[in-house]
Amino acid sequence: MAFYDRFFEAFGLEDWCGEATGGPMTMAELLAQSSSGGAGEEEAAVPFMETPFPSLDTLHGSCNTIPRTRDMTEAVEQSFIGIKDELRFVLDPITAPLGWLLDQTLIWFQIIPWFFMIPILMLVTWFSARSLGVLALVTGSFLFMAAIDHYDAAIATLSIVFVCTAFSVVLGVPIGIAMSKSNTLQRITIPILDMLQTLPTFVYLIPLIFLFSVTESKLYGIAIILYAIVPVIRLTDLGIRLVDKDVIEAADAFGMSNRQKLTGVQIPLALPNIMAGINQTIMMSLAMVVIASLVSAPGLGRLVLRGINNLELGVGLVAGFCIVILAILLDRVTKAALGRINTSEH
Amino acid sequence: MTDQKEIKVSIRNLYKIFGSDPVAALEHVREGLGKPELLEHHGHVLGLQDINVDIRAGEITVIMGLSGSGKSTLIRHLNRLIEPTAGEIIVNGEDVLSYNETQLHGLRQNTMSMVFQKFALFPHRTVLENAGMARRVRGETAAAADIEGQKWLDRVGLEGYGGHYPNQLSGGMQQRVGIARALASDSDIMLMDEAFSALDPLIRTDMQDLLLELQRELHKTIVFITHDLDEALKLADHLVILKDGAVIQQGEPQDILLHPNDPYIMDFIADINRARVLRVRSVMEETTKKGTKIAGEVDANSNLEQVIALSEGDTNLHYRVMQDGKQVGLLHMRDLVRALVPVEASDPARRLSA
Repeated sequence: MAFYDRFFEAFGLEDWCGEATGGPMTMAELLAQSSSGGAGEEEAAVPFMETPFPSLDTLHGSCNTIPRTRDMTEAVEQSFIGIKDELRFVLDPITAPLGWLLDQTLIWFQIIPWFFMIPILMLVTWFSARSLGVLALVTGSFLFMAAIDHYDAAIATLSIVFVCTAFSVVLGVPIGIAMSKSNTLQRITIPILDMLQTLPTFVYLIPLIFLFSVTESKLYGIAIILYAIVPVIRLTDLGIRLVDKDVIEAADAFGMSNRQKLTGVQIPLALPNIMAGINQTIMMSLAMVVIASLVSAPGLGRLVLRGINNLELGVGLVAGFCIVILAILLDRVTKAALGRINTSEH
Repeated sequence: MTDQKEIKVSIRNLYKIFGSDPVAALEHVREGLGKPELLEHHGHVLGLQDINVDIRAGEITVIMGLSGSGKSTLIRHLNRLIEPTAGEIIVNGEDVLSYNETQLHGLRQNTMSMVFQKFALFPHRTVLENAGMARRVRGETAAAADIEGQKWLDRVGLEGYGGHYPNQLSGGMQQRVGIARALASDSDIMLMDEAFSALDPLIRTDMQDLLLELQRELHKTIVFITHDLDEALKLADHLVILKDGAVIQQGEPQDILLHPNDPYIMDFIADINRARVLRVRSVMEETTKKGTKIAGEVDANSNLEQVIALSEGDTNLHYRVMQDGKQVGLLHMRDLVRALVPVEASDPARRLSA
């Protein structure tokens, strides 16, 4: 007997509802059973103030035809599992290059000995930032991390960030350009981007774990890219839309084709915004690295995870600190590169 | 008047209506609905109505009107930056509106160049690259574009600025780059959209002089948009006055000044210095008679201010008007003084009705 019995009786729906068919017991039923000391007892009248919300579970108590909430979540799960094979069939080849690149880059980053790797990083820093201060910061930080034996983990993290950022840019910039050209596409894409940004990061992992095996590197690759691609798309779209209308009109008036306009005017003038987007993308992929270590991503994140799992406070904190150092390095280098673009233009 | 030059651009029955259903709104306009009524009852803005203008080769055609009169809209129809609702635009005998995208790009690259009010230079390119831009767009090599760009930069007085970026230059210099950019495309037709309106008055005068000097040499077909009557009178061979998207008078500027046909134009020309703008040829008596009591000779193209200075204010004098060494008329100082009074004030009937 339940609260909404009379409601179904009033509409003459008892036949439709049918007899109780059993099925797994909900936690609420179990609790009710143990507290009331057995089913079938005459129920006390429910006080008005405790009227239950007519949720699926409550209604199920009165009418068996109405499914319970757990049936619904079960259905969600089953439908996902149902399309899993097809989805896998499509996604596997598409994402294969990502997995391959993540693995290969990681191997190469680890093969190159530290006494080559650090100078290479210094060179990259110098050519993108052209700033002695930033160069000194990068060199000092890597020597420090190497000195405390975090070099391998840091390099692994760097390789993941590097590959994921590259993918985000390669995919995100064209999407952003397409969005800036079409208001319809922009209206469709923005809610998706909002969702990607607000979805709790763990939630990305759940369907991915079903699709791919936990040991596959593309699993965390996809999770990081989904999360980190958003700013580069947004800022590419914004950057191109913000290009001075007068300049675009001048380009039109001199007979530029759409391609000439895009490559010669819009992208160069949107570049500061696109670079700001790339900077944000790098920061966000670094933030995802720790969560990605839950699904076997190597690097500093794994050390943080060890710190949490084994309550090794020192290990976790030091690894966390190294992530902060990496974040500062990447931010300074990209900002300096961005600043260089800005001054060359204005 | 000199003999009529060939018609380069012809605008025929051009209409532009802004709104969700311009074609339906066009019917109302053809039935005689005015701009305010169209906006009130149908929610459409009447941009241009029934524009007919012939733009002659080698002349400066100035389109003048206040803001909102549709002059910037009109000039953008010539190279189809704005699509008309109805009408024809014939350039060199071809209807531009029938052009496909490729032809249109060709027209914009080769036949028409444009100078903008806000300069609209590419901020990420050097002055030299900006100047040679039109040629780069056409696919010419960077070297060829730079040679042409440099030539025109020198011509507009910007030697040595080629390596700068536009925002390192002052407004006047930026607009010189804009003019060099338009000239370097070597197009016959130049569209100038309020090209000097954003400049200081002194710089503006300099630029007007530069334009006239270039025009004496190059004989481009120039369509110049302005809201400034003094500028219009200084530059125009042919003046078109727009109001609320319609042409209310067009013709030789001197003629409009002496015979305005609309109260709106009378208001417009009430405040200008007529002595400086009017020329002897517009107020003289056209005759080859020798005349009596001639005080001297004046040139047909001198302005009245110069003649007044010459006569020292004596209104009883008569001058022989000369052009190219021949007499073309007689100037009576009395006519000259009368011409200095705006039409509205000189016509008692109009004054009473106003």
